[in-house]
Amino acid sequence: MNAHFQPESVSLDLLKVGTRATVVGIDWSSLEESEANRLKHFGFDEGVTVEPLHLGPFGRDPLAIRVGRMTVAIRKNHARAVRVVPAS
Amino acid sequence: MNPLPLVAVAGSPNAGKSALFNALTGARQKVGNYPGVTVERKSGRLMLADGRPVEMVDLPGAYSLEPASPDEAVTRDVLFGRQKGERAPDALMIVVDASNLDNHLRFALQLIELGLPTIVALNMVDLAKRDGLELDPRRLESELGVPVIETVAVRRRGIPELQAALDDMLSAPRCGMHERAPSELIQLQRRARDIAKAAVVHESPVRRWTHRLDSVLLQPVAGPMILAAILFVMFQAVFAWSEIPVGWIESGMALLGQAAGDIIPQGLARSLIVDGVIGGVGAVVVFLPQILILFFFILLLEASGYMVRAAFLMDKLMHGAGLSGRAFIPLLSSFACAVPGIMATRTIDNPKDRLTTILVAPLMTCSARLPVYTLIIAAFIPDRAIAYGIGLQGLVLFGLYATGVLGALTAALTLRRTITRGGGGAFMMELPKYQMPLLKDVAIGLYQRAMIFLKRAGTIILGTTVLLWALASFPQAKPGQSQVEASIAGKIATGIEVVVKPIGFNHDISLALLPAMAAREVAVSAIATVYSIDASDEEAATAPLADRLRGRWSLATALAFLAWFVFAPQCISTIAVTRRETNGWKWPLFMVSYLFALAYIAAGATYWTAVALGL
Repeated sequence: MNAHFQPESVSLDLLKVGTRATVVGIDWSSLEESEANRLKHFGFDEGVTVEPLHLGPFGRDPLAIRVGRMTVAIRKNHARAVRVVPAS
Repeated sequence: MNPLPLVAVAGSPNAGKSALFNALTGARQKVGNYPGVTVERKSGRLMLADGRPVEMVDLPGAYSLEPASPDEAVTRDVLFGRQKGERAPDALMIVVDASNLDNHLRFALQLIELGLPTIVALNMVDLAKRDGLELDPRRLESELGVPVIETVAVRRRGIPELQAALDDMLSAPRCGMHERAPSELIQLQRRARDIAKAAVVHESPVRRWTHRLDSVLLQPVAGPMILAAILFVMFQAVFAWSEIPVGWIESGMALLGQAAGDIIPQGLARSLIVDGVIGGVGAVVVFLPQILILFFFILLLEASGYMVRAAFLMDKLMHGAGLSGRAFIPLLSSFACAVPGIMATRTIDNPKDRLTTILVAPLMTCSARLPVYTLIIAAFIPDRAIAYGIGLQGLVLFGLYATGVLGALTAALTLRRTITRGGGGAFMMELPKYQMPLLKDVAIGLYQRAMIFLKRAGTIILGTTVLLWALASFPQAKPGQSQVEASIAGKIATGIEVVVKPIGFNHDISLALLPAMAAREVAVSAIATVYSIDASDEEAATAPLADRLRGRWSLATALAFLAWFVFAPQCISTIAVTRRETNGWKWPLFMVSYLFALAYIAAGATYWTAVALGL
């Protein structure tokens, strides 16, 4: 996916808490169908603004992420499928 | 006669759908399962202004018609008229959260595309206002092409308007379902965002309550501490508050037994009613106070939005055992009793995660095992301190609990890699806004749990306790002979003895194992009966019982018996609830076999180690 070659893009699990970022690509193929559906249900899509709000107390996993008007919890390994560009 | 018109209530999770359903139909709801799956079906009746009844069915919350959980698959199948046990709905009521239109309109659009007569309840408009969000329902109506009614379900606002709209909709001539190619999820989502944007008149930025609370409750250090404090209060309450009602139930059952005993002449009929039916039902109903208290807290935590946070905090640890954060509360509840613990697994989305949690829940040491543990420990473990403040007896008790927890985690890991392998093991959840739980909704939920327990589990438990009674009562003993020894149960015990002799169990234990299936703590009274001690005065009986045990059991046997009880599935109620919650006999049978196997191995290993050490 060309999003991965965008030099300034990082995967969502590496984004610092409180940093807003724009989703530039999602590697749907790395997810099982039901997991991919759930990410779509949560509103993950290219161009959407996301922001990590909290990290789990053990091993900084899972992540609580604001997507649009919702806050959702996903595990790091799923957050890895989402490429984002932090807002400058 | 034509069946009543059926209106399906659909919406995304956290749209306030259940509160709206309760507001429309009241407490008189029918709760059951869809055939073949453990997805709850809730239906109720609504009277229109002119007295015409309408049947309403509360569909499981779903984000879209592309399912990511068994609940969502049922919702889709009902809407397409493919679900067993449900006719195709005549009309739809879609519930959306006014402050989360961007997301909830996606499912609404997908549902409107189905072409059924539809109305939209724009719910929780008060909370949207509090969040600084001003909406234009008329604009929304024209964008969606269906009537939109503003509601606040928890305050019963907008309910008459909703009923009037339902009336209009059901009175209008029907047109068939559209056969249109469904739109793609992402496209629907983008349209939903555009419509939401258009419907927002004004938005003033406010710092939301939920975010303020989350910054404390999800804080990496304070969060787990607050969770621990909440759980501490919860378990204190389960034990402290249940003591008095349990006392009432026990004395009520005793009175009932006595009254029945006075009326029915001495003989088999009296024994069946008093020992079998009243005794058996009593042993089940005694669980009810604990179940209700536990579910009171669980429903409060669920309705307030905190439950998902607890799952969030514990997910990583539970993930280590191959489970999800959602399994934490059910497993913890199982320390009180596995029955409500297993019933609470319904909140786990992922079927494999849920099954694994059910299968390991009986390993958490429930409160019914405590009387057995205390008796044996008091009889065999010397009451001496091994260090300041640490007594040997307490240490052994702790060891038994720890063995249970370790056993559960190991079993979960093993199951997750073998029998319940696959199915992702994902943790993907919405963290909903915090909300004040409505007492009436909690009460309805409690009532439903109580009925499920009493009706479904009760019938199976009553049946098995009567069976156990029969086994222990036939054939009748000759004078001078012990009834237990003479009965079929006694013969079975002789058979069991052959099997359990290698793990150090004697004839008395073999006799106690069968009645203990009704409830674990019965093992104590069963042993007491074997030693023909008057067990009616329990306190007086315990001391001499402990003394007698010491005379007849070796320490190795006693330790093996303890190890057995850590693992053995000695509880009919648990097996019955597992059958209900897994929808068949396959999994309860598997559970019973693997737990008995574990118990056998653990008891055997303990016995032979103890013998080798010369104990």
